[in-house]
Amino acid sequence: MAETRSFVGGGAARWDVVHAVRCYGHIVRMWIRAALAYPASFWMTMAGNLAASGMDFVVIVVMFLHTHALGGWSLPQVAFLYGTSGVTLGLADIFVGSMDQLGVRVREGSVDTVLVRPVPALAQIAGDRFALRRIGRVLQSGAVLTWSLLRLDLSWTPLKVLVFASLVLCGTVIFGSVFVGGSACHFFMADAAEVQNSFTYGGATMLQYPPTIYARDIVRGTVFGVPLAFVNWLPALYLLGRDDPLGLPSWFRFASPLAALLCATAAGLLWRTGLRSYRSTGS
Amino acid sequence: MDQTLIEVEGVTKSFVVRRRAGRLRRTREVVNAVAGLDFTVRRGEMVGYIGPNGAGKSTTVKMLTGILLPSTGRLRVAGADPVRDRVRLAQRMGVVFGQRTTLWWDLPLRDSYELARRIYRIPAGTYARNLDRCVELLELGPLLDVPVRQLSLGQRMRGDIAAALLHEPEVLYLDEPTIGLDVVSKRRVREFLAQTNAERGTTVLLTTHDLTDIEQLCSRVMVIDHGRVVYDGGLDGLHRQGRSERTLVVDLERELPPIELHGTRLVRREGTRQWLAFPASASAAPLVAELAGRYELRDLSVREPEIEDVIARMYGEAERTAATVARIG
Repeated sequence: MAETRSFVGGGAARWDVVHAVRCYGHIVRMWIRAALAYPASFWMTMAGNLAASGMDFVVIVVMFLHTHALGGWSLPQVAFLYGTSGVTLGLADIFVGSMDQLGVRVREGSVDTVLVRPVPALAQIAGDRFALRRIGRVLQSGAVLTWSLLRLDLSWTPLKVLVFASLVLCGTVIFGSVFVGGSACHFFMADAAEVQNSFTYGGATMLQYPPTIYARDIVRGTVFGVPLAFVNWLPALYLLGRDDPLGLPSWFRFASPLAALLCATAAGLLWRTGLRSYRSTGS
Repeated sequence: MDQTLIEVEGVTKSFVVRRRAGRLRRTREVVNAVAGLDFTVRRGEMVGYIGPNGAGKSTTVKMLTGILLPSTGRLRVAGADPVRDRVRLAQRMGVVFGQRTTLWWDLPLRDSYELARRIYRIPAGTYARNLDRCVELLELGPLLDVPVRQLSLGQRMRGDIAAALLHEPEVLYLDEPTIGLDVVSKRRVREFLAQTNAERGTTVLLTTHDLTDIEQLCSRVMVIDHGRVVYDGGLDGLHRQGRSERTLVVDLERELPPIELHGTRLVRREGTRQWLAFPASASAAPLVAELAGRYELRDLSVREPEIEDVIARMYGEAERTAATVARIG
């Protein structure tokens, strides 16, 4: 009940959220400054990140040297999936990606130091080990996305602009929720990092390719299970004007905000349960 | 005003430990880390909390700070339930985990304080005043702009203690604040804590392995073992009850047969050095005077009893008594 109290309940709660966000921001700035204490290392890892995430796209380009379409999707269309998947994962990774280190903190017992401060633990742990170098993925995927948008000629309408903006926002929230929810599992399991990674990094790689190349059950899993399809596949069907391989009702293409809300709620609940479990069992 | 700050009534904490027993079978074992604690701490008290490793000291501190939920019993700090009101209570307490720094490794010490200012929402005036005070008393001035990774252990501990006090907490929990520190740092930390307690009325609960910490700081000491408070009172009483002994380490000019000195017993002899134990409650002065009169001495020092020995003897005593009673009965 402890967390419910501090979040819900009038003006004081709103003030708590503002305070939490401010503290997150300050922790993030401290980590950036700490990283810049070693500038050479900072720029090298940043370049490394750029190159590593670029390799995925090289693979796709190589495939298109041998074929004109992948699952019926053209190179610019696949590049659109690649770009949106990378940008949304990259943004989520920047904001909350370092939470996969929570397992280490649980084992070391350093979660305790977070719990004795008057700021919600989530804000402190999300900001912990913030790594600006992760912006590499966003930049590289953003470049591919820009190229695809230039090649695709989407004949933009206000609705399309809105769907595109919501794709980036909701996609980030969905991936972020998977990060937070996955991290919460560290409170129960000894090593949850790999499970979490398979959904985030693994999921993002999956979303770089068209849904038509996968078995229908896998695609169905991404709609009704871990709802990664709402990150880019479903909105892309609308934006690129394509048919749904699952034949779902067309409103699914616009349901990403709903999916994002559900994901965020589920992640929040999981986090709270995890924290409560930690506090009754200890490390 | 209510003078009681910490109330602990019948608090227990048990953990379920799962062990692998065979390929798929797992056994569940319940471990009672704390098996029924009762004590109160008044505002402004400075209490030493000691006990062997695994006795339940840190579990107690974790429950008092709201990190851990007690299994049963009632626990109140400043009238609030630490678990339910954790975030609010955090504003009113300071915590220093001895072997785990909360300072930022790669940034100058000053930056960690700046973060504390924001986290605890300390008004600018209060912050400046408290920082100045800590800097002066803990001699942190030259360290403020040094990255924490370059500080020595003693400097870092002083830095950590300052970080825990900037928001003027009513209660300060210290877990082994002097462990691994050099003599100078230890003294500075102790003086600072004593002064903070006297000037601010800050309640202090400290766990330690160093009886000197307690001797110099705490009028009250609680001993915990197997999850229960087994002694609560002054340090004198602890020494009496534990029959603790101090040791005179005598370095003679040349090798001599065992020294016989009334009120002491020889515990060890190695070349020109001899170890003489005497009750901790007795004064060392007359013994030293007599030794100096009778022998040619090169050096002489007094060793304080080790906390583990005191406690072990206390228990040894208790168990032996129990065993005797059982045999007679």
